Amino acid sequence: MVEAIAFYLFAFLTIAMFTITVMSKNALYAMSSLAAGMIFISAFFFLLDADFLGVVQIIVYSGAVMALYAFGMMFFDTTKDVQEKNPSKKIVFFLSGMVALLLVLIVLSPMISDKVKALYPMSDEVGNAEAVGIVLFTKYLVPFEVAAIMLLVAMIAGIILASKRMDESITLKIDEEIERSKGEQQ
Amino acid sequence: MITLTHYLVLAAILFSIALVGILRRKNLLMLFFATEIALNAVNIAFAAISKYYGDLTGQLFAFFIIAIAASEVAVGLGLLIIWYKRRGNIDLDTLQSMKG
Repeated sequence: MVEAIAFYLFAFLTIAMFTITVMSKNALYAMSSLAAGMIFISAFFFLLDADFLGVVQIIVYSGAVMALYAFGMMFFDTTKDVQEKNPSKKIVFFLSGMVALLLVLIVLSPMISDKVKALYPMSDEVGNAEAVGIVLFTKYLVPFEVAAIMLLVAMIAGIILASKRMDESITLKIDEEIERSKGEQQ
Repeated sequence: MITLTHYLVLAAILFSIALVGILRRKNLLMLFFATEIALNAVNIAFAAISKYYGDLTGQLFAFFIIAIAASEVAVGLGLLIIWYKRRGNIDLDTLQSMKG
């Protein structure tokens, strides 16, 4: 019963927050409601006994990703409303509605679930975080390491792209101008 | 009683919201927000299937999706900042530089 109440409450909250994110004209409102929606989504993970995933969701999404967006938005002018011209609202909502209908039909259709067998079954002996760790560091060790390298590459790329010579705009000037200004400083 | 179908329908609804955002947004930053919603909707579906089939693989895929989303944001935001410095706005319509 508690599970049902929590599910419907958080489902309503998440849908409301994400609708604000999608529909809002103000970038700051959109970002704040997106952060709230991320935290509400972690509630589903706790409901689904995926404790570690819920904690990671809060730390990575609400902590890292939204903070990155917040810092990134300092570069953009977010006080004025986002000007968007939409040629036809009708076709957007029609297409999205059709896809939504299709998705719901797909997930409502009965799955051939008797054949599904758990590869790495959950056990009651160890907690969720421990079980995830055991599977992650045995069966999924190579993808885990590849993901680590990918994050490193992304970090270096982000640093290079956003912060290299922040005092002068590397993109507005052409290369010779930058070289010249460097020569003048020396 | 909450079943797997409940969670899957919720994930489908959230994915459709993200789809509305992707289709109707012209601002690139808002487009990024919509992508994050789509990734999160898929994460919910993975976690739900993981629980109701008693299999941990779904949760692990959700972890990898989170890692991919984090690196996507890092690189994408860097590119967005460079584009903003260059053009002064991040509208999708200004992305075309070739006339034809």
